[in-house]
Amino acid sequence: MYDVAVIGGGVIGTSIARELSKYRLKCVLIEKTNDVANGTSKANSAIVHAGYDAPYNTLKGQYNKLGSDLYEQLCLDLDVHYKRVGSFVLAFEDEDYKVLNLLKDNGEKLGIKGLSIVDRTFILSKEPNITPEVIGGLYAPSAAITDPFGLTVAMMENAMDNGVDLMMNFPVNEINREKEYYNILSGDNRIQAKYIVNAAGVYADEILKMVDSESTFKIRPRRGQYYLLDKSADGLVNSVIFQCPGKKGKGVVVAPTVDGNVLIGPTSEDLEDKNGIETTKVGLDDVKVSASKAIENIPFYENITTFAGLRAESNLDDFLIGPYHETFYNVAGIKSPGLSAAPAIAEKVSKDIAEYFKAERNLHYNPKRSYVKAFMSMTLEEKNNMIEENPMYGNVICRCEQITEGEIVESIHRNCGGRTVNGIKRRIRPGAGRCQGGFCMPKVIEILSRELNIPQEEIVKENQGSYILTGRTKAGATCTTL
Amino acid sequence: MYDIIVIGGGPAGLAAAIEAKKQGIEKILLLERDEELGGILQQCIHNGFGLHVFKEELTGPEYAQRFMNTFHDLNIAYALNTMVMEITPEKEVHIVNDQGYQILKAKAIILAMGCRERTRGAIAIPGKRPSGILTAGTAQRYLNIEGYMVGKEVMILGSGDIGLIMARRMTLEGAHVKGVCELMPHSNGLTRNIVQCLDDFDIPLQLSTTIVDILGEERLTGVVTAQVDEHYNIIKGTEKEISCDTLLLSIGLIPENELSKKAEILLDSKTKGPIVNEQLQTSQEGIFACGNVVHVHDLVDYVTEEAENAGRAAAHYLKDIKKSKKPIEIKPETGVVYTVPQHLDYISDQVKILFRVNSVFKHHQIVIKSDDQILKTIKKNHMAPGEMMHIYLKREELEACESKLSISIGEL
Amino acid sequence: MEKQMICIVCPIGCHIEVKKVEDQVVVTGNQCNRGAVYGKEELIAPKRVLPTTVKFEGGLHERLPVKTSAPVLKSLLFELMAYLNKITVKGPVKMGDVVVKNILDTGVDMIATRDM
Repeated sequence: MYDVAVIGGGVIGTSIARELSKYRLKCVLIEKTNDVANGTSKANSAIVHAGYDAPYNTLKGQYNKLGSDLYEQLCLDLDVHYKRVGSFVLAFEDEDYKVLNLLKDNGEKLGIKGLSIVDRTFILSKEPNITPEVIGGLYAPSAAITDPFGLTVAMMENAMDNGVDLMMNFPVNEINREKEYYNILSGDNRIQAKYIVNAAGVYADEILKMVDSESTFKIRPRRGQYYLLDKSADGLVNSVIFQCPGKKGKGVVVAPTVDGNVLIGPTSEDLEDKNGIETTKVGLDDVKVSASKAIENIPFYENITTFAGLRAESNLDDFLIGPYHETFYNVAGIKSPGLSAAPAIAEKVSKDIAEYFKAERNLHYNPKRSYVKAFMSMTLEEKNNMIEENPMYGNVICRCEQITEGEIVESIHRNCGGRTVNGIKRRIRPGAGRCQGGFCMPKVIEILSRELNIPQEEIVKENQGSYILTGRTKAGATCTTL
Repeated sequence: MYDIIVIGGGPAGLAAAIEAKKQGIEKILLLERDEELGGILQQCIHNGFGLHVFKEELTGPEYAQRFMNTFHDLNIAYALNTMVMEITPEKEVHIVNDQGYQILKAKAIILAMGCRERTRGAIAIPGKRPSGILTAGTAQRYLNIEGYMVGKEVMILGSGDIGLIMARRMTLEGAHVKGVCELMPHSNGLTRNIVQCLDDFDIPLQLSTTIVDILGEERLTGVVTAQVDEHYNIIKGTEKEISCDTLLLSIGLIPENELSKKAEILLDSKTKGPIVNEQLQTSQEGIFACGNVVHVHDLVDYVTEEAENAGRAAAHYLKDIKKSKKPIEIKPETGVVYTVPQHLDYISDQVKILFRVNSVFKHHQIVIKSDDQILKTIKKNHMAPGEMMHIYLKREELEACESKLSISIGEL
Repeated sequence: MEKQMICIVCPIGCHIEVKKVEDQVVVTGNQCNRGAVYGKEELIAPKRVLPTTVKFEGGLHERLPVKTSAPVLKSLLFELMAYLNKITVKGPVKMGDVVVKNILDTGVDMIATRDM
């Protein structure tokens, strides 16, 4: 019997799980798929917003600001990439200044420091690739970029280090409330917990419905499509570039990533389909056209992948955060700026729950987690020591990102370790480079198969069913005639 | 200090090292990232190699084996499972293998890293992102070396030779290949491959057709094809859903020049490879390049020829053999995409200039001009982007040439 | 009997027409004599070299590339594949070693195409 079950292994759920591990509570995180960071958390803009955008009197605005303040230390504690690169909102017409001033006022009401309206010269000196039609902009030095899947994995790993359990491949299809606890069911499997946190992302409305059939809360996913350009496009922009916001959010963003790529997107498309993570020609073309208004000569021929993610837009304007009743807590409809807000939301939620349980502090709680050290970032001496200690560090598997077998093996054998090809890619980056796994995927599959002791045919790319190999050649005789 | 470090143990690296050794260079080291020599040829088990070099038809492994045998007979030093992480303009080579991370020095370097395949991302095919989408080369390695099948019902995008060859291989191994789509109105593969890989097995080739959507949540369940007009725009209403669990991409190769960039070597925006002179020397003195790292070749035989030239040139460079200098820029003009070499530095008895045309030309001529003067013209019945063209220029023609040379395609 | 075909002897790819007139096979459209030979054979009994792999033990990889030592009838390719799927070769082998002698009585051997 668990005290708390957190449903959903995205950045929100894992952040809450980690915060809960600060207390003497027996917690489990329940994830539908075979990995954490497998929904919205793996396909977003990877930006820690400064926080001037969402209105100051909303949860979105408040948690964004609070989250943004926590990020740097959090990423230091968890050994996750974080770079405070600043952001610009560009103005192209005099009209736009009205919006910029509103954003600045809003941000200042929230206590965001350093916001300033800057002129064209300042912008072009910092960002020479911005189109010359720009007339000015809002500069926010506290905006940052991070690694959203690295962070989610780190949160879960650290939560597990501090005693939280992880239950994957557990799609919840029924929740029964007993007197003192809940039965959380997934087919024939059952988890019992006294308290539930609903952090199920785009499925949070369905989880809520399992305990309240009358609930009118509804999530309508909003799709965002992106281009990811090769590292050779690094330097196209140095900071996060927004255009003046319209009715459908912040518009297309051009941003550097912590790994040195350039990310361009998203679209804003309201969907009914919660699996609707396909890209479309229309959507991708829209991104191209929109981004080209802000940045000149974007090298789209350097594109290495396109992808789409779903934001958990709901029928509420704001986040839905709070106890639904005394033992069921919603953290739902966490749309943008959810990634930025996650650390602050998690603090609030865990405090409320600890208070409910009157839980004591976990004296063994360790906030630190250090990740697999990147071989290429080591000094020559460290590299040679590493190889001597473990020759697998001398075997480079991914040529594009220069990742060694040693790093991959280490990323498998950790709490919340990688189990799938994409899981390994998100943790340690083989296959995230320009060849997109053409060379290293077979080797990653071989390593996963060896380390997990399962046949190569059973290794999947992403979710269950995404097998890559269909069997051995020469397995059975085939006889067809010409 | 090595005389020559060769980077890459495929056909280019092997031939370059062998030729350099034959020219009397002693301290040669060849570096290979894979666990064996031979490069991509080891997975190209089909025949069709060697007609020019050996005057007989060999399979890829046989072609590689012959060079490996010579290479071993000459006792040239090599290291396997060794990745080159960096080359500096000072000709330091950073390598890593299970012995450690070392920085080697060389008087000359020959780049022979080959090329890689373009991926789905490069052409941004919209749709879902299920498993079952692989480059043809990755599938080829699985089938021919690892011994794994990658699918049962197969569609292939791109009619390059690897795609065609894989259509036959997958069929012979028991898969059902439903078709090959090609964006262009003509195939990029050799006609003989269309006959013996597709026609032999009744596999349809759909020209002016591309894939516009990818279906399937986890594993690929189908693709949507559509026809395109002469501007490659999708023709509405021609969309067709085809169920399949595998999509192989054969949509082009790109020279792999990450190391060249680190060595601050100038690259050609068209070939994506280093700019070289007739010695195959790059913009960095003493660093030579050959094979698919320079530009993608049609036949391995031509890679071998180029690599031997690079090996010889590197040897001459080390021996400081004097040649008469005469810089000539070569410009690709109307109808010509690129030339290799891109410029000449020295006069020799004869230079071979390779080039690619930008569309199919029937009964046209190659026009070679020096400044605005026509130097010579060569009639051709047939030229196509898929077939590398070449011309020879003799000493007297080069001597008559000014500082600029252009190659274009003109009507007869 | 009459057939339109593309000659695959060299990269030019001539479109040729092969006709059987009484006992004579007539090839037209070819630019060289090799095309005539190809056309005749292609009409009567088309042949292909079969490069493939067999299971392999005792070497670097678990598959060994092999090929027929000469072209075999195209109509036999799948039968040959079915036969080869069942055999396992033990290493070491040298390029050119015969792996299956006179496969399916074709008079053609399967030979290894590399050392392993």
